[in-house]
Amino acid sequence: MRIVVCVKQVLDPELPQRDFRLDPDGKEAAPGRASRVISTFDEIALEVALQLREKAGGGQVTALTLGGKPAEEALRKALAMTADAAVRVDDDGLGAPGEGLGRLDGFAVAAVLAAAIRRLGGADLVLCGRQAADTDAGQVGLLLAEELGVPTVASAVSGEPAGEAVRLKRETPGGYEVVEARLPALATVTNADVNVPRIPKVKDVMASFKKPLTVWTAADLGVDPAATAPRVALRRLFIPERETACEMVGGDSPEAQAEALAERILALKVLETRGWRHAGAGLRFRPGGGAGQAASGTDRRRPRPGGVPGR
Amino acid sequence: MGGAGGAAAEAARDAADRGSGAVYLVESPALDEYQADRYLAAVEVVCRRAGPDVILFGAGDVGRELAPRLAHRLGGALVTDCVGIRADGGEIVFTRPVYGGKAMAEVAAGRGPFVATVRPRVFDPAPSGGAAAEVVPVEVALDGVAARTRVVERQAEDKAGPSLEEARVIVSGGRGVGGPEGFGMLEELAGLLGAALGASRAAVDAGWAPAAWQVGQTGKIVAPDLYIAIGISGASQHLAGISAAKHVVAVNKDPEAPIYKRAELGVAADYRQVVPALTRKLRERLAR
Ligand SMILES: Cc1cc2nc3c(=O)[nH]c(=O)nc-3n(C[C@H](O)[C@H](O)[C@H](O)COP(=O)(O)OP(=O)(O)OC[C@H]3O[C@@H](n4cnc5c(N)ncnc54)[C@H](O)[C@@H]3O)c2cc1C
Repeated sequence: MRIVVCVKQVLDPELPQRDFRLDPDGKEAAPGRASRVISTFDEIALEVALQLREKAGGGQVTALTLGGKPAEEALRKALAMTADAAVRVDDDGLGAPGEGLGRLDGFAVAAVLAAAIRRLGGADLVLCGRQAADTDAGQVGLLLAEELGVPTVASAVSGEPAGEAVRLKRETPGGYEVVEARLPALATVTNADVNVPRIPKVKDVMASFKKPLTVWTAADLGVDPAATAPRVALRRLFIPERETACEMVGGDSPEAQAEALAERILALKVLETRGWRHAGAGLRFRPGGGAGQAASGTDRRRPRPGGVPGR
Repeated sequence: MGGAGGAAAEAARDAADRGSGAVYLVESPALDEYQADRYLAAVEVVCRRAGPDVILFGAGDVGRELAPRLAHRLGGALVTDCVGIRADGGEIVFTRPVYGGKAMAEVAAGRGPFVATVRPRVFDPAPSGGAAAEVVPVEVALDGVAARTRVVERQAEDKAGPSLEEARVIVSGGRGVGGPEGFGMLEELAGLLGAALGASRAAVDAGWAPAAWQVGQTGKIVAPDLYIAIGISGASQHLAGISAAKHVVAVNKDPEAPIYKRAELGVAADYRQVVPALTRKLRERLAR
């Protein structure tokens, strides 16, 4: 099976809010001291691809990125995780330069990645992270599937080869399902305990420097830069202000703290005081004084009186 | 749209009753189960016929998969996971979180139709009542649409208690819970309160909680009256899932943890001591 995994390099998303700043133009995050890493779900997609190759007893995993020279570091990491080959498509001159986070939209990225995959001779399976850790948009994978004309499986967590198809497992509310997709196909990947990315072994890191890393330009792929202009424009980027004054519950022992906390929680008046006693499966919580709650199994949203849109 | 079982027709009547101008209804046995190729074909036919300027989906599993693919087919623009939409001059401006909720972006779509997904629970449902719109049935020939994926196995876990999305109380655990045994302690508290159990991504990745429990930007977006966060640091991606929670209570031994910027009540202590005592106290008090 020939698998292509699309990876994006981003500023480390684990950077805490208090260290997060925008650059002076206010168009993207300021790099500060944050390192550049493979976007979280893309690294997970790589892990899923490598596991799939292992289960199939062979195959080829190619990591593909669209980015500048520094993005090769992400590809080296992919190779160290034991991807077989890597390709970088240079993003010079594409999209709307100077627009920061709004420079390239999902359509442009998908078109370029599709061209690269075609140049590679196609792929049986393309894996993408469910969303990038900077734009959080979750578009590229699905748009890429349309570019390539292949079916999609969204939010897969693992895969098994199945002849001319692939079986992908996805988590569903309170369970899971296995979806069989005819090849070629594309899946977006999300996290689970079975796909925590491997840490490269030292020997694999060494070996990664001998593996092929190909660089193409948009022109090599016949992509017209004018066709990569974004369809949406970034008008404003800002850091929302939010702060609640938290009351820290004191006490000189855990017992006393728990007691004080219990009192405070009860004072919120959101707990039902009797419902719990109807034990067993009927452990059912009833709204404390709330208005007409439809406890039906439909997915109708409960009305939220006094709810403020956006909060 | 949906199967021939009548659920889609009921949803159509409900939508018709909530201020819609017109409601298109596609019913077909081919839509009995969600299958992306077929659902996409059906929604594409309706959109080509109705010619809307703006097409909105809920940002749930289905909307997240269909919206981008539809936007591609219609040659439109795409904005995902919106938390605000407004008209600004001649433009439609969408607000959406970026960088894991650490920043917000306002984007304007320059080329229609605009396809957008809207984050669940951000907007109140449109009220029902008033003049009911016409429900227009649309025939879509789906036989020729190859379903290139199919579900071959499905396992539903028989979980007691409310679902995360519907729960009025959620007890949620993070990396600080330290292991599956710790989740046992949380389960006891949740059982007492009739609460749903939630988890941070770190707890899911560690295998202490199933992925379906994950709360946050890439997990469930929840809106309980009470959210009890135990051993959760409060990363922006986690907080993105609880922005609609009414009251947040945190137990985290680090008094500087960012979760205390969101919580209104906190105990900076080891949860292993506080949580069992809390369960005991609440049990006594609630039994009265
Ligand atoms: C693209 C992307 C999407 C993401 N989506 C999500 C998401 O949907 N949901 C999500 O949760 N995360 C998500 N994350 C991950 C997120 O950034 C954090 O890594 C994660 O939320 C951390 O989980 P945590 O708070 O459990 O762990 P940590 O940050 O490690 O915090 C553990 C906390 O437990 C406390 N603690 C330790 N021991 C004890 C004890 N004995 N008693 C009390 N407190 C204790 C510590 O003080 C610490 O604050 C995402 C990340 C990315 C990049």
